[in-house]
Amino acid sequence: MSDQKDEKKTNRRDFLFTATAAAGAVGVGAAVWPLVDQMNPDASVKALASTEVDVSSMQPGQSLTVLWRGKPVFIKRRTEDEIKKARTVDINDLKHPEKDEDRAKNPEWLVMLGICTHLGCVPLTDKGDYDGWFCPCHGSHYDTSGRIRKGPAPTNMEIPKYEFVNTNTIKIG
Amino acid sequence: MSNHEYTPSSKFGKWFNDRLPLLTLANHLTDYPTPKNLNYWWTFGGILTFCLITQIVTGLVLAMHYIAHADMAFSSVEHIMRDVNYGWLLRYVHANGASMFFLAVYIHIFRSLFYGSYKSPREIIWILGIIIYLLMMAAAFMGYVLPWGQMSFWGATVITNLFSAIPLVGESITTWLWGGYSVDNPTLTRFFTLHYLIPFLILGLVVLHIWALHVPGNNNPVGIDIKKPSKDTVPFHPYIVIKDAFALLMFCIVFALFVFYQPNILGHADNYIEADPLVTPAHIVPEWYLLPFYAILRSVPDKLMGVVAMLSAILILAALPWLDTSKVRSAVFRPLFRQFYWILVADVLILGYVGAMPAEGLYLLIARVATAYYFAHFLIILPVLGWKEKTTPLPLSITEPVLGGSPNFATARIDEKIQKTIK
Repeated sequence: MSDQKDEKKTNRRDFLFTATAAAGAVGVGAAVWPLVDQMNPDASVKALASTEVDVSSMQPGQSLTVLWRGKPVFIKRRTEDEIKKARTVDINDLKHPEKDEDRAKNPEWLVMLGICTHLGCVPLTDKGDYDGWFCPCHGSHYDTSGRIRKGPAPTNMEIPKYEFVNTNTIKIG
Repeated sequence: MSNHEYTPSSKFGKWFNDRLPLLTLANHLTDYPTPKNLNYWWTFGGILTFCLITQIVTGLVLAMHYIAHADMAFSSVEHIMRDVNYGWLLRYVHANGASMFFLAVYIHIFRSLFYGSYKSPREIIWILGIIIYLLMMAAAFMGYVLPWGQMSFWGATVITNLFSAIPLVGESITTWLWGGYSVDNPTLTRFFTLHYLIPFLILGLVVLHIWALHVPGNNNPVGIDIKKPSKDTVPFHPYIVIKDAFALLMFCIVFALFVFYQPNILGHADNYIEADPLVTPAHIVPEWYLLPFYAILRSVPDKLMGVVAMLSAILILAALPWLDTSKVRSAVFRPLFRQFYWILVADVLILGYVGAMPAEGLYLLIARVATAYYFAHFLIILPVLGWKEKTTPLPLSITEPVLGGSPNFATARIDEKIQKTIK
């Protein structure tokens, strides 16, 4: 008897407590998940996943902003000068090193999400210290490749998935 | 607390009270012994209760006319302003009421900071207050989104994007908050739901806040523990009730000045332009009551650390009862603390000012210095001050300094008398 008193013995009741609590936790989790997941993007939002844009009328130097998934996408037909500026930068000087060749497969066309990576504002085109984009909210400067050069934004503006369906049409998404 | 032996005078009252002791509660609230030296800074608890009720009542009727849909929200607010009977009044009272609520809560918080009301045994009252304050900020932010103007939309974008700073799961959390890939209709409808819910959560917490207050009783301007009830206390009714009512009247005059003469001065003109996801306003500013924290956010060059700094600036307040190591509550008896207190007040006002200015050049530098000082006040100055500071002598009771001249003289004279009698 004294041995039993000193050591706390695991008995059948402890097993029942643990099993009940575990089953309860799984049940509560299963019941809560629909309440949480209902807030994620619904089927109708997901259905608007891709957009096709006609760019036949764009001249070099012009840019276009289109809406894709509720977000602005910048399409810029860059001039020779702008391409040169973007490609001659020393990659080691960049806060988020990315080659312009990787960002714009076709050097004339830059397609990117027009959202500042700091806190989501829409930067202004052809503005800022690097003649690319400038975010008026908290002062981030982007170059002609949409790479962050100065200011609080942590990364370059994002390149979405896109392709040229034909020479005049870009499909985003 | 007061009279446990309370028995209602009428027979029905007694019958009812035996079954549900509401009359005992009412008796406790009216007889509640209150320090008799409470000044007007103590009237803001009552004013805040008034603000909460005003927001709930006006919000309830506005919700009868408002339509929470991205295509209709903006015009439904204009419909309230132009077509609904007294709609302009209800909306202006609700919108300016939020500002008045924050004005009162800041005075209430800074009163606690001055008189050390957060110290033992009132830590739980203080922490409940911080939670209420956090919920107020959430409710105010979501309420500002509902008119679906440019500032609504871009304010919502900036604030929800704060969550994307969280490593690994940040993006998924932001998408989950939005219910899409940007701020849009699903975001608006859920913000409306939560904006409706939060005031009732606050109401519940206010009940706990007052309950926790009624356990130790009110702190007071001299910050000493007092006997209750005693010569140092007066019953809550009618003494405090009438003082609170007078202060509320004065407060309502200021409130009315805003509602009737400058209803838009605290808002932003850009919010009368309907939300446009393609155009960011040139200069995004939050409402005035969030500016100091916005300044802290922007003063840190790193995205994640900026968010961490902003949240810490609020959460550090919850640790205040343990950061302030001084045993003396009231700043009246803490000559050094009193000076640092006013520097902190100035620091927060400066942060508010630079928060409204563009984050560049001199403004950014000032914001950085002021942010550093804000944290230094709580993390360095307060703990050290508790050890180093020589406080002035505390009176033995509230009544004593009044009857015996200034507090310091009074205690000194009593010491003299005692020494004389010993001799």
